[in-house]
Amino acid sequence: MSQVQGKAGLLSGHTREEIDHWMAKFPPGRQRSAVLSALRAVQEQNLGFLTPELMDAVAEYLRLPPIQVYEVASFYSMFETRPCGRHHVSVCTNISCMLRGGEDIQAHVERKLGIRAGQSTPDGRIFLKREEECLAACTGAPMMMVDHVYHEHLTPETVDQILDALE
Amino acid sequence: MSEEFVNIEVNGVPMKARKGENIIRATDREGVYVPRFCYHDKLPIAANCRMCLVEVEKAPKPLPACATPVAEGMKIYTHSVKAIGAQRSVMEFLLINHPLDCPICDQGGECELQDLAVGFGRDISRFVERKRSVKDKNLGPLVSTDMTRCIHCTRCVRFGQDIAGIQEIGATGRGENMEIGTFIEHSVDHELSGNIIDLCPVGALNSKPFRYRGRGWEMTQVPLISPHDGVGTQLYGHVLRGRLMRVVPRPCEEINETWIADRDRFSYEGVYGEDRLLAPQLRQPDGSWCEVEWDVALAAAAQGLAGVAREAPGVGLLAHPSSTLEELYLLARLAEGLGSANIDHRLRQRDFREQASDALAPSLGLPIADIDKLDALLVVGANLRHEVPILAHRVRKASLRGARISFINPVRFDYFFSVAHSVLSPPAQQVADLAAVLMAALDGAAAAAQLSGLLAGVVPTDEHRAIAAALMSGERRAIWLGALAARSSRYSELRALARALAAASGASYGELAEGGNAAGAYLAGAVPHRSAGGAVRAAAGRSARQMLEQTLAGYLLLNTEPWADAALPGALATLANARCVVAVSAYASEEMKRAAHILLPAGTFAETSGTYVNLEGRWQSQGGAARPLGVSRPAWKILRVLGNLLELPGFDYQSSEQVRDELKSRLEVARPPALHAAGTLQTAATDAVPDLPMYQIDPVLRRAAPLLRTRDGRATMQLYGGTA
Repeated sequence: MSQVQGKAGLLSGHTREEIDHWMAKFPPGRQRSAVLSALRAVQEQNLGFLTPELMDAVAEYLRLPPIQVYEVASFYSMFETRPCGRHHVSVCTNISCMLRGGEDIQAHVERKLGIRAGQSTPDGRIFLKREEECLAACTGAPMMMVDHVYHEHLTPETVDQILDALE
Repeated sequence: MSEEFVNIEVNGVPMKARKGENIIRATDREGVYVPRFCYHDKLPIAANCRMCLVEVEKAPKPLPACATPVAEGMKIYTHSVKAIGAQRSVMEFLLINHPLDCPICDQGGECELQDLAVGFGRDISRFVERKRSVKDKNLGPLVSTDMTRCIHCTRCVRFGQDIAGIQEIGATGRGENMEIGTFIEHSVDHELSGNIIDLCPVGALNSKPFRYRGRGWEMTQVPLISPHDGVGTQLYGHVLRGRLMRVVPRPCEEINETWIADRDRFSYEGVYGEDRLLAPQLRQPDGSWCEVEWDVALAAAAQGLAGVAREAPGVGLLAHPSSTLEELYLLARLAEGLGSANIDHRLRQRDFREQASDALAPSLGLPIADIDKLDALLVVGANLRHEVPILAHRVRKASLRGARISFINPVRFDYFFSVAHSVLSPPAQQVADLAAVLMAALDGAAAAAQLSGLLAGVVPTDEHRAIAAALMSGERRAIWLGALAARSSRYSELRALARALAAASGASYGELAEGGNAAGAYLAGAVPHRSAGGAVRAAAGRSARQMLEQTLAGYLLLNTEPWADAALPGALATLANARCVVAVSAYASEEMKRAAHILLPAGTFAETSGTYVNLEGRWQSQGGAARPLGVSRPAWKILRVLGNLLELPGFDYQSSEQVRDELKSRLEVARPPALHAAGTLQTAATDAVPDLPMYQIDPVLRRAAPLLRTRDGRATMQLYGGTA
């Protein structure tokens, strides 16, 4: 494991192991390629979102200008750069899901949690992502993704079960 | 040179293009116009604006000329229906979100988007949706932002990545939400960052100090030379009703390419500093100051100088090395007329023991353009990015090509390139470190007897050996002594060792002398040991340091505030004790009024015609750009009249060109000084070496308010080391 000083010290041992694992997959000097994996690990460590300090830590650990990490973090929709709930829920409303009632599922989730898309529950438990594009599970429409796990053939009842099971 | 060419055809005209180059390079060389926003000669290709789409035969779609390599037999159409159609569509696309605020935009009239919209835009917009708006960013005191105008060409991003070497600006978000900025608010601090103002093809990044001050078409463009360092950066001054409104680069491939340092760009603000001296002033017996007519002031100055010249210990003349060649030459002639050899421009140099072995003029030892091609470089005692920003950029280019750059410095300065070897060497240690490198380079061979004392008992470490090895391999190698070395009290030893190292390794030897005209000052005779033309004086006069440590009867100051320029404590008190101090100066600070008796208002670099000799020996002349403020006059005219009033012969110059040509003809017949074989060098005590902040080095910069608000401008003087 590389030596840790400065802001990179914000990264947990587990996160650093994860980043090292990905860095090893790229040729020397191409550590920029590991930014995506590094940010994913750090977002997980911080229970759901990135902070400027953590992005700086990644920059320092990968020896990149911080702006290059900000660019990646702000580009991809799976990274949150503002504080949000720890479980990320996104309901698909693209065409297949829409035809199979995806919008009703979305409305049900909003009603149940008392928040709109893009908001988090006040207890910080659930973050309802803004519109999600097609997640390529049309055969199981309507579907939603909870913390990178797909749930298909949704009904309001199964949605309730899934959401209630989140801690 | 066997370059491979391919035959292409552009708009039906056959032409040759270099194999592998992109279409736009070939068309630019042949004068065929292709519109563009993101493409820039000096930046890597991004191909993201799509404005340069051209039709290529057999290609199904129009291709971007900036990113499409030429191929044998390629037929390109830049003005065909298909090409123009594509360009017009791109233009329409770019204008969807661009605001229609040209009347209040500083870029108006000199805007690439505006120009191309005239050529390729539609008369009316087909879009009725709202335009997006983007929050402005605060990039610091130099660059203003109007980010709604941004078309995402990413030139500024690529400038940071590839030219400055540190990416401070990036593109965050995506699609409709993409923004150019720093994400976390912070200023852009690189010393070349002002160049993004020129790079920005629209009005998104503009000059903050120039905001709403004038329009491109009302100003006159006048060529100028930067006086702040020995690079001789070529500038354009933009003048409105006699006032210098802003400064932009004058492209010169051999010197500054298309870049200028921030201090070249914004120092004009200092020209109009608050304490500008607008009329001649005399100090009254009661200590108050009174404005007088020119003839009264000049007569008083001539009388005062003639008086103190007769008194022991004589008169001293101090000039700033940012003065023009003509000013320095006339000052040297005045010194001669006053019977004094006490003349100097080396305000921050401390050690003059070996000045007899000075070259005719300090020199970089190689053409500036050749820095890019170096294979190895050793820099001793230089804060390179602060001392010579443009050269530091060239060194970076060399490093990216694979050159091995080494430093022997008291501090590890930040460089945005890979440093091969770096020896952290406080001033007291520097001589020993350089001696160790020389020892390694000699590899058992004998050194000059003069150096034996310095080499005795020196054992090179692996790092020293590595530096020596780097200097001995490769084709083009160089050793530079920087300003921190020149300010060391052991400069003589450092220089003797550096020269011996250059001789032993075959590298070229260069000195990064301070000020825009240090080389000119030597040629003009503004040094105590050489007269104009470089002839060795029979008896050397006092050095700047001696003049500022022991009070003389009187002084003539030219464009300098020695208490601030020389970084010598006590300089002000020394001057204040003199009986008569005449200052030819653009400014009258409180300190100046304590030291001087007679103030003669002079024009700054922007207000005088004159010549600068850069560190590669290039003479560059300029006409005055701005009208001198108040009744101030170009300093060469003031010195000329002083010569007349002192009844010195041959002071009848009608123009600064005449002064320059006289010096030139004297130099043609002059013989270069025989390099004096110095006695055995002794190790002296080492004083602390001052590192002046980069915006404190001359009177104009010290008053350039926007620069002083930057991070480098807020920095204070550092002292490195002391007697070990």
